[in-house]
Amino acid sequence: MSNQVYNTYLLRLADDTLILGQRLSEWCGHGPILEEDIALSNIALDYIGQSTNVYKQLASLVNDGRDEDAIALTRMESEYVNALMMELPNGDYGTTIARQYYYSSFYLLYLEQLKNSSDHFLAGFAEKSIKEVKYHLQHATDWILRLGDGTPESHSRMQHAVNGLWPYLGELFHDDETDMEAVKEGWGVSREALKTAWTNRVNAVFAEAGLTVPSEAWYHSGGRKGSHTEHMGFLLAEMQFLQRAFPGAKW
Amino acid sequence: MSNSNWPLWEIFIRSKNGLAHKHAGSLHAADAKMAIENARDVYTRRMEGVSIWVVRSSDIVASSPADKDFLYEPANDKVYRHPTFYEIPPEVGHM
Amino acid sequence: MENQALLERFQNYVDAENKIEAKDWMPDGYRKTLVRQIAQHAHSEVVGMLPEGNWISRAPSLRRKAILISKVQDEAGHGLYLYSACETLGVERDALIEELLSGKAKYSSIFNYPTVSWADIGAIGWLVDGAAIVNQVSLQRTSYGPYSRAMVRICKEESFHQRQGYEIMIALAKNGNEAQKRMAQEAFNRWWWPSLMMFGPSDSASAHSGQNMAWKIKRHSNDELRQKFVDMTVPQAEYLGLTIPDKDLKWNESTGHYDFGEIDWTEFNEVVKGNGPCNKQRLQTRNKAHEEGAWVREAAMAYARKQEERQAVSAA
Repeated sequence: MSNQVYNTYLLRLADDTLILGQRLSEWCGHGPILEEDIALSNIALDYIGQSTNVYKQLASLVNDGRDEDAIALTRMESEYVNALMMELPNGDYGTTIARQYYYSSFYLLYLEQLKNSSDHFLAGFAEKSIKEVKYHLQHATDWILRLGDGTPESHSRMQHAVNGLWPYLGELFHDDETDMEAVKEGWGVSREALKTAWTNRVNAVFAEAGLTVPSEAWYHSGGRKGSHTEHMGFLLAEMQFLQRAFPGAKW
Repeated sequence: MSNSNWPLWEIFIRSKNGLAHKHAGSLHAADAKMAIENARDVYTRRMEGVSIWVVRSSDIVASSPADKDFLYEPANDKVYRHPTFYEIPPEVGHM
Repeated sequence: MENQALLERFQNYVDAENKIEAKDWMPDGYRKTLVRQIAQHAHSEVVGMLPEGNWISRAPSLRRKAILISKVQDEAGHGLYLYSACETLGVERDALIEELLSGKAKYSSIFNYPTVSWADIGAIGWLVDGAAIVNQVSLQRTSYGPYSRAMVRICKEESFHQRQGYEIMIALAKNGNEAQKRMAQEAFNRWWWPSLMMFGPSDSASAHSGQNMAWKIKRHSNDELRQKFVDMTVPQAEYLGLTIPDKDLKWNESTGHYDFGEIDWTEFNEVVKGNGPCNKQRLQTRNKAHEEGAWVREAAMAYARKQEERQAVSAA
């Protein structure tokens, strides 16, 4: 297997979960009710934990003296390869839930395939993460229903949120050369192959929630190549602040 | 405010098979499903293999502790709601 | 009217170390004191999420970030346990939260100080949680059952909080570079005195102390607990190589305790009155979260009602 392809594959997985965990953790202390604050923090913790495992694996593979923190917290913006959806600001609670729903419904299908990977690390990672992501999806689905079918205000906010994030979904389902190489070698997952199952699931949930499924085909992309939104710089400025201000310090 | 307040639920958890469900505490949730999910987050930190019961606090009927040696007050039968016991400050109003 | 005989029997019952439960008869003053104290305690947990939450997005490593999220999350949980304990006394959480948001209710003044550096996160865990634990361990034996049980649960979960704070301080003050050492000392200077103030006014100046001790709501006096904290913390500071910002602090051979300088009660009173560095900011933040969450809470209830109606229809 090509090391470069494998490392890129891991880095995308790690960056997706780190950046989403970073965003979700911004809710900590600011949720709509205490119980929900606790639930969102648990989900953020799961993502940070997943990304940590992948960065550690990556650190041991590249073996260039960088540990998981150096990889996670000291790269330049163009070296981050997360999907753009992860770095978008949280918005209102509906927008956060919409992203949680879109991502975890995709991610669960993805992990269920990755579990069969011929790569020992990825298969183990998927198996462990599935348990967590099932819960994330349940949480997000319940809230899509509550907010979509709650009050007129929540319905309109939820519809607005799912519309707004729709153009960021394409990137999740796109197989580029890295994905295709990984699929060919038998350890990666075809993202495009998940689309039908995903669409059926989303159609059913949105129908129950009374939400209209957006139909726009065009989508934003660039994250996988390190080309980000304007929001990413600010996210990194905060996340990297101490590592940048005190290079080489131990914490 | 009143009709958006989430009701209170009592949470009972079987920590492992072979043990009885035990009262763990309470929390607020809009419905039973949410109460169970929140209970997993709040009271078990999502440990697997546990069984959770949730019951609306207002549905619990309790005996009066008449056998206690210092108890004089006649019983009221809801355990967790006895607002009449408490003088509500006028600023708070709607309770 | 509470007749003397009832009060006496209540007192005897408490004196025999029995716990009072929600449905038991209790003096009005006992109930009011508990509601006030437990609510303040709950509010403190919830407002206490903010100064530490301030550094989640900037935590210096993945491990520190995860620990800090768990810790702030625990505080939400502790707030929740305490509000629940308070609800057993017949007051609803929403009403208590209204009092917090309107500025009517008090919470621990310590959370009105800012966290300006990462070392503040270490100092809070070590000192503020350390002081809180001294108080909470004592409160596990409080006479009101639901409060006592909440405290037992909280103490169990709290044990890692102080350790993670001290571990941050070790990394900075003992193993860190010069800049980190300075950061640690500065944070220590900021948090030492406010931590001592956390135990409240001196017993002689405390309005409720006597009755609360008699009812065993409170088990140890403010000064006793403060002394215990100082005795415990000074050697920990010495281990870190930190200088305690109190020129009067010294070991007293005859008492077997550390003597320490006079606390600036003027500062304490000002912060309690709302004039601390972050009082307004903390309340604004809580109010904003509450207001922006209103439509979410309403929608969840509206959905729950719809579901109930649908079930009723399909059952009919």
